[in-house]
Amino acid sequence: MKNCYQPEIEQASRNKINKIQSERLVTAVKRVYDNVPIYRARMDETGVKPEDIKGIEDLYKLPFTSKQDLRDTYPFGMFAVPMEEVIRLHASSGTTGKQIVVGYTQNDLDNWGDIVARQLSAAGITKSDKVHVAYGYGLFTGGLGIAEGARRLGCTSIPVSSGNTARQLTILQDFESNAIACTPSYAMYLAESAAKAGIDTSKLPLRAGIFGAEPWTEEMRREIEKGLNIKAYDIYGLTEIMGPGVAYECSEQNGMHVNEDHFIIEILDPETHKPVPDGEKGEIVFTCLTKEAFPLIRFRTKDIGTITHEKCACGRTFVRMSKPMGRIDDMLIIRGVNVFPSQIESVLLQMNLSPNYQLIVDRKGVLDTLEVQVEITEGIFSDTIADISRLERELSDKLKSTLGIAAKATFVAAGSIARSEGKAKRVVDRRNLI
Amino acid sequence: MFIKQLSVFVENKQGALSQIISLLSNSGVNMRAVSIADTQDFGILRIIVNDMDLAINTLKDNNVIVRANHVIGVELEDKPGALSRVLSLLTAGGVNVEYMYAFVTPGSSDGAYLVLRAKHNEKAEKILSENNIKMLSEDDIKNM
Repeated sequence: MKNCYQPEIEQASRNKINKIQSERLVTAVKRVYDNVPIYRARMDETGVKPEDIKGIEDLYKLPFTSKQDLRDTYPFGMFAVPMEEVIRLHASSGTTGKQIVVGYTQNDLDNWGDIVARQLSAAGITKSDKVHVAYGYGLFTGGLGIAEGARRLGCTSIPVSSGNTARQLTILQDFESNAIACTPSYAMYLAESAAKAGIDTSKLPLRAGIFGAEPWTEEMRREIEKGLNIKAYDIYGLTEIMGPGVAYECSEQNGMHVNEDHFIIEILDPETHKPVPDGEKGEIVFTCLTKEAFPLIRFRTKDIGTITHEKCACGRTFVRMSKPMGRIDDMLIIRGVNVFPSQIESVLLQMNLSPNYQLIVDRKGVLDTLEVQVEITEGIFSDTIADISRLERELSDKLKSTLGIAAKATFVAAGSIARSEGKAKRVVDRRNLI
Repeated sequence: MFIKQLSVFVENKQGALSQIISLLSNSGVNMRAVSIADTQDFGILRIIVNDMDLAINTLKDNNVIVRANHVIGVELEDKPGALSRVLSLLTAGGVNVEYMYAFVTPGSSDGAYLVLRAKHNEKAEKILSENNIKMLSEDDIKNM
């Protein structure tokens, strides 16, 4: 197939993928039990022995790994190989806490290169292309991760790194790059800057963009595609697991294929920690199958997402994951149902309502109640009570079908929802539990 | 003939109405007529003012959602059956009234004014005008 770097694995049958995962999981578990004290202690505690893990069907027996574990063992407590085998270190920025550090062996870097090369190929990039890499080079995995993939694929990488937009634009034009990799917000900024500088992006040989490392929307995708005159591909990764390339989008732009020969993805109910069916939201959990230096077992990302095993038109058989839809920390449990603010946002967007909303959760007697207050906008305000009431009912119905629980919809005056640092406060929980 | 009316979204909470009214009075807008329709959670304040542009700008500058729309102003004689006649004409013509309210001004010694909005405003206006019911113009409002 065209645009497929390793078709023998990217298009393998489900049976073959299961077999590869099972074999590799057995090895990975043995590796962490023998080399990482925290895993040995956890498994001993729960009475799971490495030999109890015979395949992916036994995955659920294994303990979870949390971000806190990585902080507690900082810097090298979770490394599974002696330092002489580690040939690279990266670190996460630590924006939400203490930074964490990860390591790679030669094999790890080779595998990383492979999975990024799969992404580059899926974006139509070939050996004869040039890739402008505007992710930061340094401890951050973005720049060097993409570079590793480009090296593996054999295309030309241009390590521009981040910053200095004027220079970025000059290089894009002069070096005639065919693809660009950076954060989506920087791509938006580049597009705007190009327009301001009078650069006609349709005249550039640029045709693909690989964007990740932060949340972005379909609307941003359309703007970037229009502004830079390219096709924009989403890439998912996280430092703890590998870096960019854990999952990648194909030309279908409909979910990201998880590199299942290197990682197992689980979508778990945040309460019960049991897998949820395809299409249902839950916490994204990853297990590294081949990592040697820093292999994590059942790492809880705290990101919310969905997966689908449905056949993809591109021919790849790897399971597809959605963009992360929010953080588990934002989740509310109302009448036993998991509710994410992002679900409410999608309903508001669908109905062209204001993005300024607030959720009021209360408890009347023994029953939780949810009220969604939305600021009224000029576009929807009518001078008859009936029109507004109808809209409230419509919103309430849509919320019920989306969330699975009844919600009262109320319009409030424009600007009336309290904002902190420019962002509206999303949730007011009046339940006095405990 | 139509006159313009402003509709303002008002939350059903203490001080919300008073805040809007004081915005208007501080900017020197004079109200001819006022009415409020309410539900449990919100209300719609409907006003007729002497200076529409000033009122709209004042409200918009203060982030208040406002909408201007056409209503019919009817001059009613001060005698029994005047309102009844207007409504009978509309009913006979198959026109539904969505809302209405009345007001008087110090100069209106000979009667009261009725503001109404029908589901089919144009049709209502035609019926009233064919029956020689006196309707208010924008100028009438300004000069009251």
